[in-house]
Amino acid sequence: MKIYATYNIKGGVGKTTTAVNLAYLAATESKLRTVLWDLDPQAAASFMFRVKPRVKGGGKALIRGTRALDDAIKGTDFDNLDLIPADFTYRNMDLLLDSAGGKPGRKLAKLLAPLAAEYDAMFLDCPPGISLVSENVLHAADVIVVPLIPTTLSVRTLDQLTEFVAEFDGRRPDVLAFFSMVDRRKNLHREITENFSSERARVAATFVPYLAVVENMSVQRAPVTVFAPRSSAARAYRALWSEIQDSTE
Amino acid sequence: MTTPGLAGFIASGEDSQTCDVVVAEVLEALGQGFGLLPERGAPRGGRRRTWFDTFDWRLYRAGLTLEYAAAHRGGELRLSGAAPVRDTVQPVTGWQASRPHQLRDLPDGPIATSISGVVAPRALLPEVTVTRTTAAYRLLNEDGKTVARLLVEYPAVAAGDVRPLPPRLTITEVRGYLTQARRAARIVAGIPGVRPVTQPLLADALHAIGRYPGDYSNKVAANITGRMPAAEAAATILLRLLDTVEANVPGVLRDIDTEFLHDLRVSVRRSRSALKLFGDALTAPLAARGTALTGRELARFAAEFKWVGDLTTPIRDLDVHLLDFEDTVRTLRAAKPDDLEPFRAYLKQRRVREFRVLARGLRSPRFVTLTRDWRERLTAIRDSANAGTAGTVRSGQSRRAAVETTGTLAADRTRLAFAKVAKRGAAITPASPHDTLHDLRKRCKELRYALEFFAPLYRADSYGAVLADLKRLQDGLGEFQDTEVQIGEIRALATSMLAADEAPAVTLLAMGEVTAWLAARQQAAREDFERRFAAFAGVDGQRRMAELLRGGAA
Repeated sequence: MKIYATYNIKGGVGKTTTAVNLAYLAATESKLRTVLWDLDPQAAASFMFRVKPRVKGGGKALIRGTRALDDAIKGTDFDNLDLIPADFTYRNMDLLLDSAGGKPGRKLAKLLAPLAAEYDAMFLDCPPGISLVSENVLHAADVIVVPLIPTTLSVRTLDQLTEFVAEFDGRRPDVLAFFSMVDRRKNLHREITENFSSERARVAATFVPYLAVVENMSVQRAPVTVFAPRSSAARAYRALWSEIQDSTE
Repeated sequence: MTTPGLAGFIASGEDSQTCDVVVAEVLEALGQGFGLLPERGAPRGGRRRTWFDTFDWRLYRAGLTLEYAAAHRGGELRLSGAAPVRDTVQPVTGWQASRPHQLRDLPDGPIATSISGVVAPRALLPEVTVTRTTAAYRLLNEDGKTVARLLVEYPAVAAGDVRPLPPRLTITEVRGYLTQARRAARIVAGIPGVRPVTQPLLADALHAIGRYPGDYSNKVAANITGRMPAAEAAATILLRLLDTVEANVPGVLRDIDTEFLHDLRVSVRRSRSALKLFGDALTAPLAARGTALTGRELARFAAEFKWVGDLTTPIRDLDVHLLDFEDTVRTLRAAKPDDLEPFRAYLKQRRVREFRVLARGLRSPRFVTLTRDWRERLTAIRDSANAGTAGTVRSGQSRRAAVETTGTLAADRTRLAFAKVAKRGAAITPASPHDTLHDLRKRCKELRYALEFFAPLYRADSYGAVLADLKRLQDGLGEFQDTEVQIGEIRALATSMLAADEAPAVTLLAMGEVTAWLAARQQAAREDFERRFAAFAGVDGQRRMAELLRGGAA
């Protein structure tokens, strides 16, 4: 099972839309048995798949292992794609991870291990910020997909993240960033997307433009490739998924 | 992800229109309990599915089903059954659903691995083909989330004028939404005309063409009782054997696999033994009211069955060599496996020639007349013997009382057969010539057949115990004789190969090594004889046999 996490220290950069669309493409077009864990208590990914953001026993039961992760899984409307919903108690996940015993930074990796037999791909949709949750995610993931808004500040956060991961002992995840919500009418966006990709090795050539159709996902409550399969957004996510697979083989 | 069907139903009705009404009512009821949407992009035309099994249903008897689904390019085989098989799918190319397939046609993969031990050496035959159209629906909760699915299948047997099968409805759970799927299943179950699925589609499809799974077996299993007049039981048993002979003829002629001929031969041999054991029951005039056979007719039928047996022997002998060939090759120590290849080629070539002779014989008027006349005579005897039990003879004595019953016949003849085995076996010493063991093997076969013919009369546990010991004795005697026969055949074949200039020296040497190995096996079987015989015909064995026969005659 390959674990992908969509992560950025900043919020509102398109993590959830990326996780939802990539997970859908992995399941339906790459035919991988896929599960997406909505770790964000805001529950946007769960909402988009029309799954109620509720886990019996809450995050506490999952983290402490009194309830198997397997029990919390819900089938989505799409073949090969399951979801572990968000729960409002995830807002306290830092505390739960810290008090669960063992190495607090590696707890999540341990919890996910049993799912390897059942799934080929897992996507973790993470809340923003640097916290124990994000540390767990970075340790558990094989690939960190980082959506970046083409602004100077946003780019700085990628450097912070790369430095943080570089300090890991042992296994380190691949970090692959891409530009998200790109508005080609803005000079800054154009300049940064054009220059930055060539300067940094781990920035994808594909970028996802700022499009109303992406925002419409929360109205349609479905991945963009489902309700607008020929849109430029759908094309961009397909290209991004293809590039991620090629560059992280 | 969806899980396999949670609940399956049949929308039953007198005709397809009534069935359609039931389906419409199901959709309406589900539409009231859930949001109901047709599944987007679900294929409406189902793929043709063909089920395969061996002629004697080896997969079915092992709890397995093998199904082929054709696709635009290639197709797939699906093997279903209990763990560890469960549901194994394997893509295949160039697979034709309409013809038999040998195991070697099956590409390497999980299915071949799972079934080769069960199926070999039989071929896989298409049993029935079903086409179907489907309609899939999603059941939605208040958030518009799919919580269950409904699949409506309209299956039809792809064969002549067969009435369509009733639609099948399957509710499938979406993971994590079991409660809702159960609610949907309850709604469906509550609709008049809907009943739960009790048998798989394969069974329904076979039923529609007048068949059922396991409808062929080479076992005797005649429908007899102890109180039946002996003539009726004798005719019933022989008719059952004739059914088996006739059922196998087409497979033999198409040369589908070696076991058609094997089963045909066993039934012919059983028929000959039956005539010897209780042929006189068919000649008893009282039981058969004018339909009885004369002694001369009986002898003629016996001679004709001997002819059929002899006709089939050369091919079977060659088949045995060819079937065992790989095992034989593995026993070589000095010779190389390839050394035996000219021998294999020679066996195959001989088989082609001998097969023509066999096919001519089975297509000949002589064979056709034999089976036709035999069936006519047996049917008449069976029916008149059965009708005779209802009346009374002129003296007023019950006819049933005057007629020998099957129970008595079975006990008498089996006791006699056992006595022969016990006496001749006991006379065998380490110095006895080989022929005495070969003769004992024949007597054992007669006894075995006697037990099998009358098996429905006995208690299963007593029968099983006697048969198991007898089988072990027979296996030993079989090994002793078969190895001798094979040695003789290999020597004869070596001579003919040499005469035909088709025998390289290394091949002859390898064949010599094979005969040495066979001789060692024969010696081992000879040394084990006393032990096996004592287990079957010693004091305990005699007691077991006596108990069995007492139960059967009662």
